[in-house]
This record gives sequence, structure tokens and C-alpha cells, in this order.
Amino acid sequence: MSELTSLTLAEARDQLRAKKISAKELADAHLAEMEKARPLNAYVLETPDHAKKMAAASDTKLAKGEGGPLEGIPLGIKDLFATEGVRTTACSKILENFVPQYESTVTSQLWRDGAVMLGKLNNDEFAMGSSNETSALGPVLSPWRRKGDNKPLVPGGSSGGSASAVAAHICLGATGTDTGGSIRQPAAFTGIVGIKPTYGRCSRWGIVAFASSLDQAGPFARTVRDCAILLRSMAGPDPKDSTCSDKPVPDYEKAIGKSVKGMKIGIPKEYRVDGMAAEISEQWETGRAWLKAAGAEIVDISLPHTKYALPAYYIIAPAEASSNLARYDGVRYGLRVPGKDIVDMYEQTRAAGFGKEVRRRIMIGTYVLSAGYYDAYYLRAQKVRTLIKRDFDDAWKQGIDAILTPATPSGAFGIGEKGSGDPVEMYLNDIFTVTVNMAGLPGISVPAGRDHNGLPLGLQLIGKPFGEEDLFALGHVVEQAAGPRMIPENWWSK
Amino acid sequence: MSVDAATVRRIAHLARIAVADNEIEHLRGEINNMLAFVEQLNEVNVDGVEPTASVEDMKLKMREDVVNDGDYAKRVLANAPASDDGFFQVPKVVE
Repeated sequence: MSELTSLTLAEARDQLRAKKISAKELADAHLAEMEKARPLNAYVLETPDHAKKMAAASDTKLAKGEGGPLEGIPLGIKDLFATEGVRTTACSKILENFVPQYESTVTSQLWRDGAVMLGKLNNDEFAMGSSNETSALGPVLSPWRRKGDNKPLVPGGSSGGSASAVAAHICLGATGTDTGGSIRQPAAFTGIVGIKPTYGRCSRWGIVAFASSLDQAGPFARTVRDCAILLRSMAGPDPKDSTCSDKPVPDYEKAIGKSVKGMKIGIPKEYRVDGMAAEISEQWETGRAWLKAAGAEIVDISLPHTKYALPAYYIIAPAEASSNLARYDGVRYGLRVPGKDIVDMYEQTRAAGFGKEVRRRIMIGTYVLSAGYYDAYYLRAQKVRTLIKRDFDDAWKQGIDAILTPATPSGAFGIGEKGSGDPVEMYLNDIFTVTVNMAGLPGISVPAGRDHNGLPLGLQLIGKPFGEEDLFALGHVVEQAAGPRMIPENWWSK
Repeated sequence: MSVDAATVRRIAHLARIAVADNEIEHLRGEINNMLAFVEQLNEVNVDGVEPTASVEDMKLKMREDVVNDGDYAKRVLANAPASDDGFFQVPKVVE
């Protein structure tokens, strides 16, 4: 980790503007570290030529004082975002050679604002996973290790490459997507900040679809301020996505340092789940004390349908996935495996192209949508979703401004340790994050402490619809109280 | 509810995914695990509850019904596994 790659995004931005550093130096420093960090497998495609060209353009603009809000800032892009002329695979074999002819709205806004693309980041195949182990391009290693143990750990998922790269200082920030916790859980596992904005805050256009009523893009960065800076560029109206909100995007960075005095923070009793590790509840307790010390009022609340969020999610998300992934049929793009007729071609293509987790979810989704089962499963799950959302609405009506919960039920686990026998074991990772997607709310994960192995633990703050500014203000309080940033020891470039 | 081997085959065909015979039993186990997990939703009283398809408190946007995109067949076909003369090519579907 060089001095340049250890800067925060805000520091780098300020030094670029002051002409203390150049975009070229900053990009080169990152490209050099990326090369050394290849054992992490965080990048599935490095784009050094792109990065150099974009950095040179940024330097020209900066010299004239015309730089955008992210001018010269090197970022990594989750491989779920379509990037024009740059291979985009969703880390699936079925898209292994796909080169989009268009740019996703979110990434086009980052480039509009001056950001520099370093490459494409690994993720669980089609974002289906909580450990990045389902990627067809291989698992990602976390830069973190347990104290006195060299066993490789997962960075979380599905945005595992994004989290690992930001934590290992091989980009200043990264994009992610979050359908059930895919930004917040990996952020918590790797000691960085990640926010899933309100559904509709960022355009989904050009992002490989998983579950369209739950999917939302958001940033990863090493500080709350850096996430606020990135979200401002990523968010905003888009005529190409009819679910994208027309609400103007505030300058989120202004929320950093804002007083949280008098804000009402809900503590939902249902998140105190059976068998919760003592270190998780202690961390939660500490977070509560930090916010209280900053002047917030702590209120016990109830979200009675919390325990049903995960089972309802595992009906709704696979149902939407089975429909979205019907497009991969070997006809218009992606892999084609010949068959004896066209149906056989579809079936052989999809059998060869999808990994086990994706196949399982498509099949479950197909079943719960099939004639005779639709009402019992899909419709019931959507009704339960209404009740989950209503729980949150009731909390806001009580005057609650935000809700504090743990981000994950544990610290990071080892590669191969979970879910091999029963997939439900892996799904339980998202128990604290999935409710937020079901209700379409914003949620931020902020590093708060460490577990007994010395691994990072995060706290989650859940906000009202379009309450991102509150989350940045509160997240900053947690970040300040938690002390110096957690930085993993560099073992990978030795 | 749980599924049998014939149902697994039927789902696989509906999903257009070829599944080998020796995978059926394993898949059946996985699907039944999931169905057992989601069984708890039956405890919830959903009488009179409207289903939620969208969490957004907004009206679907409308626009003028005009052609505002297109005319780039080459780009549309750029990733096609097989194409000819501006068309996607597939195995013969009509005898």
C-alpha cells in the first residue's frame, strides 16, 4: 500500500484540486498495487489503458480548473455494471464474452463527473451469494485474516471484489449492488463503509438484473464522507429507468459533521435473535451508547415481522430472478451450446452457462411462480412484504428518524466454511440486511469494532425513504466514535 | 409441501435448464430444504393484506409514444452467437 493509495477519496480529491498530485500519478500508483494484489482475485478485468487515458484527460481538465466532482479519482466497478466496450460478465460463464455496446447510467454519471476506471470487480454469479464463492471467475480473498491464522477468508458477497479492493487500497472507492445485503455485509466483513440507497435513488439501467424490485446500486469507500461523495454522482433521475426517482440529489457531503442531537434512534427488539453472539450484541450496545453520547435519543421499538423477511425474500428474489434470467437463452448474446433443436439448445446452453447457486434459484423461482403454487408461495410472500414494510412505516410514524442494528450476525468466515451442506446456512448471513431491501429503505454499514479473531464488525443504520443524509450524519458519528480506521496488514504483495 | 423427482424434472424443463438424471435427487433435497425454510410464512395472518410489488410511493412515469431510440442493428447483433444479414440465427423451428 503506497502513500497515494492510502489516501481517502476526499483527501485525494483535495490534493488533485490543489495540484499537489496528478491524476496520472494516482492512477499509476493504483495500477501498480493492483498488479501486486492479484492473489486477492478482486479484479476480474484490469483496464490500465482505459485508466491512463481517463487520468490524462482529468489532468488536462484539472490544469484548467475545470474538473468535475470526482475528477481524477480511480474507482473499481462491480462486474454487474455494463461498461461500453469493456467485457461485463456478471461473473457468469453464460456472459463470459459479453462486451456491452452501452454504458450503465450509474457508471456514465461517474465518468461524467471525472472518475477514472481501474477495472471490473469480482462478484457472486449474478450477485447471488453472500461470500463471493459462487463467482464463475473464482472466489475473492479478503485482505483480512484471523489473528495468528493464515486461512483465507471471504470478503462477503455478493459485491466481494468491491469490498476487498477498497479495503486492500487498490481503488479509492467502488460501485456495488445490494439486493439482500450485497453491499452492507461485505462492507462490514472488510472494515469499510457501504450504503444501499433508497430503492429508486440510483438508476438500474445497464445493471445486470437479479431481482428488479429489490436491486439497488450504491458505493463502497473507506470513509462515510467518501461514500457521500460517490453517492451524489451515482444517484439521480433517469428517463431510461421508470422506477428511478425524480427527486433532486442533495449534496450528501454536507451531512457529514451535522449534529444528530435530538434525533430518535430506534432499537428493534426483534433483531436480538436467538443464539446471537455476545460480541455482536456488545457491539450493538456500544453503538447505542455512542449515538446517545452524541445527543441522539434511543428508543426501543418493535418490527414484529422481522423474522419473516428472509423466507419471504427467498421466494420473491428467486421468482424475479427466474424471470429476469430467462433472457439468457443462447440467441441474442452470451454462451450458446448447440442442441438437437431449439429447446434443447436453450436447455444445454443454460445448463452449461449457469452455476449451481444460480440454477437452484432459477428453479425455486420457477416453482413458486408455476400454476397451482403462485398463490401459496409468491402471492403470500408479497403480502408478508407489505407487513414488513408496514412495520417500518409504523416506526417512522412514531417519530423514529433512523434504526440501529448489527450489520451481520458474525465477522467474516473462511472460504468453504459455510453453506456447502445446506444453502440456508449461507442465507442466514443476510438476516439483518434483507428487511431493508424488502421495504425499499436506505441502509448504511459502518465499521465499528472487531470480533474475537480481530476481524472487523459493522453496525447498520436504516433510514426513512430518501433519508440518506441522516444516515451519513449518523454514520459519521459512529465512525468518529469507533476510532482510527481499521486497515488490514498487507500479506498479499509480499 | 415438498417436491418429488418428477416435479424437479418438470421445473427444470419449465426453466429450460437441462438436468442430468444423477443430479435430480440432490436438487430435490435442495429445493425441499428451501421449501421447508419458507414454510414459516404460513404462520402469518395475511387476510385482507394487499401484496406489495413495488415499494415506491410514485406513479409510473409516462412519456410521449414516439420512436426515440434504435436504428443500430449492428450494435444489437454485436454479441450474437450467430447472426446473418441483420438477423439472429437459430436452429430451424418450423419444419
